[in-house]
Amino acid sequence: MKRGWTLPILALLGFVFLYAPIVALVVFSFNESRLVTVWAGFSTRWYVALFNDRQILQAAWISLQVAVASATLATVFGVLAAFVLARLGRFRGRLLLTGMTTAPLVMPEVITGLSLLLLFVAMEQVLGWPGGRGMGTIIIAHTTFCLAFVAVIAQSRLRDMDESLEEAARDLGAGPVRVFFDITLPVIAPAIVAGWLLAFTLSLDDLVIASFVSGPGASTLPMVVFSKVRLGVSPDVNALATIIIAVVALSIATAGVILYRQNKRRAQGR
Amino acid sequence: MNQQRSATRPLAADTRPWRDPAARPFLSIRGVTKQFGLFTAVDGIDLDIFRGELFCLLGASGCGKSTLLRMLAGFEVPTAGEILLDGQDMSTVPPHRRPTNMMFQSYALFPHMTVEKNVMYGLLREGMARAAARDRAQDMLRLVKLEKFGGRKPHQLSGGQRQRVALARALVKQPKLLLLDEPLGALDKKLREETQFELVRIQETLGTTFIVVTHDQEEAMTIATRIGVMRDGGLVQVGEPREIYEAPETRFVADFIGSVNLFEGQVDAAAPDAMRVLTRDLGPVTLRPVPGLTLGQTVWIALRPERLALSHAEPTAPNRFRALVEDVGYMGQLSIYRLRLRGGRLVQATLSSRSMEDDPISWDEEVWVSFAPTAGRVLTE
Repeated sequence: MKRGWTLPILALLGFVFLYAPIVALVVFSFNESRLVTVWAGFSTRWYVALFNDRQILQAAWISLQVAVASATLATVFGVLAAFVLARLGRFRGRLLLTGMTTAPLVMPEVITGLSLLLLFVAMEQVLGWPGGRGMGTIIIAHTTFCLAFVAVIAQSRLRDMDESLEEAARDLGAGPVRVFFDITLPVIAPAIVAGWLLAFTLSLDDLVIASFVSGPGASTLPMVVFSKVRLGVSPDVNALATIIIAVVALSIATAGVILYRQNKRRAQGR
Repeated sequence: MNQQRSATRPLAADTRPWRDPAARPFLSIRGVTKQFGLFTAVDGIDLDIFRGELFCLLGASGCGKSTLLRMLAGFEVPTAGEILLDGQDMSTVPPHRRPTNMMFQSYALFPHMTVEKNVMYGLLREGMARAAARDRAQDMLRLVKLEKFGGRKPHQLSGGQRQRVALARALVKQPKLLLLDEPLGALDKKLREETQFELVRIQETLGTTFIVVTHDQEEAMTIATRIGVMRDGGLVQVGEPREIYEAPETRFVADFIGSVNLFEGQVDAAAPDAMRVLTRDLGPVTLRPVPGLTLGQTVWIALRPERLALSHAEPTAPNRFRALVEDVGYMGQLSIYRLRLRGGRLVQATLSSRSMEDDPISWDEEVWVSFAPTAGRVLTE
């Protein structure tokens, strides 16, 4: 069969449109020149400079802690929410809970960030907690919006899961708690891992919400990058961005592979 | 399907406890009802099942048979009524503490465990040591002829192998009662027929009481000691396969089990040795008298297709009618004849292909259809 040229060309244009800026950024991160737009030969000097920059290293460390903590919390709460939504059937307020769980998916980040800031300030006045803003408040804020993504992924996996698996385990003598750890958790584990990785990357990426709720001494990596770029693009930011792209791409790809494998195995299993 | 005409050879009484009014039932279901909201899935079922039986609950989908099974397993709680197993009330016992096990329609094999781990799971939950559990699991796998597959994961097995793993897993704890939900439903026809006998062999080897839910009437006829036919949440008839087939009590059962020709008519005359029913399609039909009928009462005559005889020459049987052969379906050992009666009604006759070799009957021939007075079963509802 003869294939036309139109489709491949359109696809190519699409990919160029999407990825040319990223490729340019990666290429220029290996640029020798201090001038960001002038190529002067291959070099890794900006990577070296990056790893000597205390401010950036510290921000990266904060970002990493925030991402791990909020991804973990979001996974715990998200899976709980998914259980309620997938298993409890119909109950009063189910629709409300569904809406509220998934609302952060479509809520503008500016609004999420602003509302959380107002909440933290009000709570501090009334309850005395959280005392000041910093890493703790960023973790709470990131947990709230990452939770939605985890809940959606875990919920679809739970819906697909054959409930007779759990019944079979009960029938064979396992109590409800035992069933959860022996059967349910291993079966939905891939979705949980994928959800965690997604939450991790979302948290690592976030600039807007973190800017609203962070305090002195708790600048995340995106915040540092953004403030640096405002003073002019320097090549070490290119290097940093390249590293971030690599980390994010790796975790997204891992999540994708896990989910894909899971689906394939289930397709075989039927 | 059972086609033997010979009289049933009497079995020793103790092999059929349901025929003994003094026998103590092993499982007693008393007035069990299950409602989901306004919908009544199971409606006041009374049923006694005896030790060592292979009892089939037979019915179309949605008749409540699976709900009844799930109540026996403990996954559903009866709205009313009680379930006594070996004299013990089961209604408040959660599923993981019941001496029953269930084989699921989907098999429900744990996908993240090997075959051996699947089979061992129940034993480990009751606190058996790992080594002993592994030995027992191996014994079970040997019984279902899968001893070489212990290390595989469920998705590496064929459908028939998975079915056997599910059976081994359900049997390994030596339950008092094994519940099987459509155990052969997911297998293709050929494998299903082989597996039916395999299932009966295993049941007889272990002597466990089996309750099988199925919608497949041939399967039920093949494997069951007794069948309970269900409809709309209730039991319509309970009996041995032969009783259900030869002596259905209602038109529903007659039609549900096998094929049947039904003729509506009124009781016209009754004598001690014969009675006459006036039917619209056949005219007067002579039958064996049935007690309890009144003159003029509307009845239905159920005639199994294999109870009809076909011939070119006029037969001597009292019930004989002319009919035109419309269609012949050759099924190998059997041939199915579709015949148009003079009155326009279609009837179906099944004859063994060999019996027709001497006097072959083909399409568009006028033939005699006849049946003996004992052939028709008179139904009142």
